[in-house]
Amino acid sequence: MSMDRRKFLKIAGLSALVGLGGSEAFELLQPGAVDASEGHEGEGEANEGHEGPYAGDKIRWGIAIDIIKLGENPAMAKKIITTCHYEHNVPDWGNPKDAVKWIWEDDYEHSFPDSYNDLMAEKVEGMPFLLLCNHCDRPPCVRVCPTKATFRRPDGVVAMDYHRCIGCRFCMAACPYGSRSFNWLDPRIALKREGRKLNPRFPTRMRGVVEKCNLCVERLDAGKLPACVEAAPDIMIFGNLVDADSPVRKVLRERVSMRRKIQLGSKPSVFYLV
Amino acid sequence: MLEKALQGSNRYWGWIFFLLTLIGIGFACYLYQLRHGLGITGMSRDVSWGVYIAQFTYLVGVAAGAVMLVIPKYLHHYNPYAKVVIFGEFLAIAAVIMCLLFIIIDIGQPMRMMNMILHPTPNSILFWDMIVLNGYLAINIICGWNSLLAEKKGVPTPGWVKPFIFLSIPWAFSIHTVTAFLYAGLPSRHLWLTAIMAPRFLASAFAAGPALLLMVLLLMRRLGIFDPGPRPIQTIAITVCYAMIANVFFMLLEFFTSYYSNIPAHMHGLDYLFFGLQGYGQLVPWMWTAAVCGAVGILLLLIPPARRNYLILTFACAAIVLSTWIDKGVGLVIGGFVPNPFDRVTPYHPTLPEIAIAVGVWAVGAFILTVLYKMALGVRTERRLI
Repeated sequence: MSMDRRKFLKIAGLSALVGLGGSEAFELLQPGAVDASEGHEGEGEANEGHEGPYAGDKIRWGIAIDIIKLGENPAMAKKIITTCHYEHNVPDWGNPKDAVKWIWEDDYEHSFPDSYNDLMAEKVEGMPFLLLCNHCDRPPCVRVCPTKATFRRPDGVVAMDYHRCIGCRFCMAACPYGSRSFNWLDPRIALKREGRKLNPRFPTRMRGVVEKCNLCVERLDAGKLPACVEAAPDIMIFGNLVDADSPVRKVLRERVSMRRKIQLGSKPSVFYLV
Repeated sequence: MLEKALQGSNRYWGWIFFLLTLIGIGFACYLYQLRHGLGITGMSRDVSWGVYIAQFTYLVGVAAGAVMLVIPKYLHHYNPYAKVVIFGEFLAIAAVIMCLLFIIIDIGQPMRMMNMILHPTPNSILFWDMIVLNGYLAINIICGWNSLLAEKKGVPTPGWVKPFIFLSIPWAFSIHTVTAFLYAGLPSRHLWLTAIMAPRFLASAFAAGPALLLMVLLLMRRLGIFDPGPRPIQTIAITVCYAMIANVFFMLLEFFTSYYSNIPAHMHGLDYLFFGLQGYGQLVPWMWTAAVCGAVGILLLLIPPARRNYLILTFACAAIVLSTWIDKGVGLVIGGFVPNPFDRVTPYHPTLPEIAIAVGVWAVGAFILTVLYKMALGVRTERRLI
């Protein structure tokens, strides 16, 4: 008798495990997630004729940042940062501990710590670099998120669902680029303190959720360019990496470019033109 | 059976009220955190996990450590453990509950916790950690509770519990392996990105869990509540000793790979913890305390006459608990975030409310442990088994 019960438990356990592993079960359990991860761009059949790193994609947004031009006009960095942070109601806490940033400035040494050269040209040494979410092809943050609150859209944008994020900050530990910020306190307090006019077209966040650059998906979906690109079109060169005739592909063909920490295989889609 | 925990000496009630006070303070601080956000802690954009996740990691080890009593008792019929194995299982229950509480207090939106279940994501290790931890809690409640019920009735543990006891063995390994995977799979966190993270976690767990249990057993013996007898005490001490040696060995392997390869990124984490980095050495005294405590603990446990002296044994266990706690409950998590992805050092100092909340969770664990042990001892006193 007890053997039978044990046998039953074994079979029940095994079938439960199989059920858990099957992807169909997840589709059934969470039909909403599929909708959430579907972008407006890149839907439909794959681009069969295209070859290369983005084969199979229709749209793959990317940005090339012209560091030489930015170095010639370093004041533009601040303009770009302010434009982005005002567009997305990103608060300025005024201290590094609570800091929330979508795009920010750093030097070469700290932007590329693993390819730093002690005998670097002085010009490069002092050059400003703009850092933001790399919208990786293989984003480590998406891999670790336990709720699919951060997800990769078919057009390559790594987006956030602020209403689903539980604030576990696993994505912050996983991101190799330090691109993610957590709302340690209510961001609306800092926004109110700044006395800044809010952008009514983009929601403010609540405390306890992670946020980062979203490549202006809300603007892309409305057929507009990302705010940083609009603010400095000759420094931030934007386009579809799949399309060989896009401005970004054109400039990448002509200039030497770098990407951060490519040895990790996350495949960033933000390029630095040097 | 709960009534056994409702009668006790003044000492018992004093302890209970002491714990309730700590829980109350911790809870008040948690309400403060809930109101203002995790900004009241010392965590920052760069060190985005702190005391809470570090305690969680350490306590998963304590919970897994119980298996070091279950294996000899149930796989090898080592009968001297017959009287103590239930204390191991109850320690696992208290430790897992603390783990779950530490996760809950660490997340920014605890009211959305159920999103983990509403949107299950098998590619996230956190999803699997939730499954193994809750499973381990359930298994230990089933095993511990039914063993105690059987003891109360004076009958052998029912046969249907046996599969759960056997299941608890691989499951104990799974909880700490999965917890190690939380860290060991993240690119660019060099201190964590090591294939021996899981074995290290297990070795440290099998030292820390039994050492903590042995301290509690020796305390109960000292207070005249329960005497486990010399044989289980010595066997647990030897288990702790071997596991701790393995743990230290694994740590030394990390040192070899990092420093012999001479790759800066691989050395920086250990540099920061043990020698200081870019002028920051906040954790250096902690880590060397851990190193010394670990060495002293192993040495004392290796010498049989020292091990047989219960005062020295208690001291050795305390040294190992402290050593493993600093290693996992302080250094590992914070060290993983330093230097940050930009090769900069951001120091982390936990705040008072943050520490009070963590102490409160520890007090919840101690409270659960006390009540469970009180019930177990009450049953045995009633049946004149002790």
